[in-house]
Amino acid sequence: MSKTEILGNIRRGLKRGEATQDQKQAVTNRINKHARNIVPQRAQLPHEQQITLFIEMATEAAAQIYQLESINDVPKTCAGWLQDQQIETLVTASDEEITSLDWSHATNLTCVQRVAEIGDAASLTTSFAGIAETGTLMLHSGATSPTTLNFLPDNHFVILKRSDIVGPYEDAWQKLRDKTKGDLPRTVNMITGPSRSADIEQTLQMGAHGPKDLIILLIND
Amino acid sequence: MQITSPAFKENARIALHDAGLQKALGNLKEGFPVKRSTAVARMPEFEQLRDEGTALKNHILENLDIYLEQFEANVIKNGGHVHWCRTPEDACKKILDICKEVDAKTVTKGKSMVSEEINLNDYLEKNGVEPIETDLGEYILQLRGDHPSHIIAPAIHLNLEDVSEIFHEKHKRPKSSDPKVLMQEAREMLREKFAGADVGITGANFLVAETGSTIIVTNEGNGDLTQTLPKTHIVVTSIEKVVPTLEDMTLFLRLLARSATGQEFTVYNTLSTGPRRAGDQDGPENFHVVLVDNGRSEMVGSEFQEMLRCIRCSACMNHCPVYGAVGGHSYGWVYPGPMGSVLTPQMIGIENAGLLPNASTFCGKCESVCPVRIPLPKLMRHWREDEFSKHLSPKAVRWGIGGWAFFAKRPTLYRLLSISSNLFLRVMAGKKGHIKKIPLAGGWTDGRDMPAPRGKTFMSQYKSRKQR
Repeated sequence: MSKTEILGNIRRGLKRGEATQDQKQAVTNRINKHARNIVPQRAQLPHEQQITLFIEMATEAAAQIYQLESINDVPKTCAGWLQDQQIETLVTASDEEITSLDWSHATNLTCVQRVAEIGDAASLTTSFAGIAETGTLMLHSGATSPTTLNFLPDNHFVILKRSDIVGPYEDAWQKLRDKTKGDLPRTVNMITGPSRSADIEQTLQMGAHGPKDLIILLIND
Repeated sequence: MQITSPAFKENARIALHDAGLQKALGNLKEGFPVKRSTAVARMPEFEQLRDEGTALKNHILENLDIYLEQFEANVIKNGGHVHWCRTPEDACKKILDICKEVDAKTVTKGKSMVSEEINLNDYLEKNGVEPIETDLGEYILQLRGDHPSHIIAPAIHLNLEDVSEIFHEKHKRPKSSDPKVLMQEAREMLREKFAGADVGITGANFLVAETGSTIIVTNEGNGDLTQTLPKTHIVVTSIEKVVPTLEDMTLFLRLLARSATGQEFTVYNTLSTGPRRAGDQDGPENFHVVLVDNGRSEMVGSEFQEMLRCIRCSACMNHCPVYGAVGGHSYGWVYPGPMGSVLTPQMIGIENAGLLPNASTFCGKCESVCPVRIPLPKLMRHWREDEFSKHLSPKAVRWGIGGWAFFAKRPTLYRLLSISSNLFLRVMAGKKGHIKKIPLAGGWTDGRDMPAPRGKTFMSQYKSRKQR
């Protein structure tokens, strides 16, 4: 059995047999504490400054940011942006925040709720948190938020509420544990700007396999 | 992949005269090291992060068996499977078995150095399963029948023209020399492949014991499409990648992006925890983790244990003058540069890879940038000792060291010799102070002049200063 041999080798190297109950308990305790390592100063700002930092860092990572007074401005903003690009269909997640929006004025736009398919030009999802430290969005999978929406379409709109912005990644993990009671969703995506690659001659090009544009709709709540 | 490490010297000689390669390597020197130092300067806590990362890895290694079993239990709890594989053959066979179970014809692949290590693509192809690389660099290499020369920038040895030519030949489209157009072409070519694949294989940067999650770190998003669209997701990874908690993973993510590409954070950091949940509309139905050992468990408790701290950021090779001069292929196997010079002998044997730990100037730059402070020069020295004690070093080296030892143990003779060679070299150099050719040292003087010794020998200076 490979497992027995591998663990046997490790234990031989550590000059002990199988770990004692005490040793195992020490590891379990360490895990359960969820102790933080050093959290950079820049991630420990007051909330208003976190928002400023988030915008700064996400912009640096080439995300576009629109600050909206209310979530009700989302349809208008998406419709305007997509009209400029001559895109007529928007595939959306089915979270209540999105399904409750009124799209009746976005006459040039067809909205469909489904998973993403090849050829989709644009998607709209919510996000779970914004991490100020590096301008990173945290999204997770679930019945109303298929993961393909985050990767297949050429353009990805993400709704982020100002109140969901945290300083460091650690705060987002804690928020996620609180929400899911420790049972992680199948996928957690941390996204910092649109897709890119520097594989050809070390020259950065935007839009490799994921979205070419990441548009953050920052909602004042 | 074929091992050419025993031919390092010949490989390096060819590489030094390869104009295309030298041009491509020029991009490296002006790229990664500069970006890293900028990113590090923006993070005042960086040195503390390195200390914590080092200590945490040491703690993990001291409890490696416990963390691995915790990780396994949590993967299973989430509905996934874990397969322990001692050898590359075991791992390939296991992956093929999983592919056969779902009757797979094609598999898409995210970038994975462990899959290179176990030579997975060749194995799958031989057994009727078509692997498709989806990372742009890896895709270019697969079209060329080539191999990565760098662990995070696999096609760094190529120039724009090489990519342009192979795309024109394989895609049957008009030739373009615009990187943007070329990338768009690859994007379009791979779209259908992502959707059509039966299995998606990715690597993992870390494994989280607390949750049974694996995480991949990419800029392109190919890894995400690879693991989200097919029915089965296989993670091929290795045993030293386990970390206790999400918080601990976070520490390493802060170190990894800055040390690797000099980014503040990589674009996509994606955590996978088991298969699709009840109610999920997409995502894989099967989730497998293939844990590869391949000699790592034997490094625990050995003089090479510290190498298991490595998080594969590539900073050591990005800053290495030898790597920068000869490129990754010269090293002759999967892992190049300083980290490869320590890891390769463990995996393919010191008898095959003895030249690698010798191909170092010991300038120490690698250790100085390593995010988890691996003493790479010290570990290379251990391999040199091992090589010497197994009588594997070339005769010239053994005689040379033997000769030096003879004189070093006889101080008077040693001083006489150093005074006379000092004089001899000065006479040879003449007024210019440089020697153009030294008998038996052509390899050295072909590429540069040897400066003649200046001033007195160390011992005579020592004596005269002592008298003062």
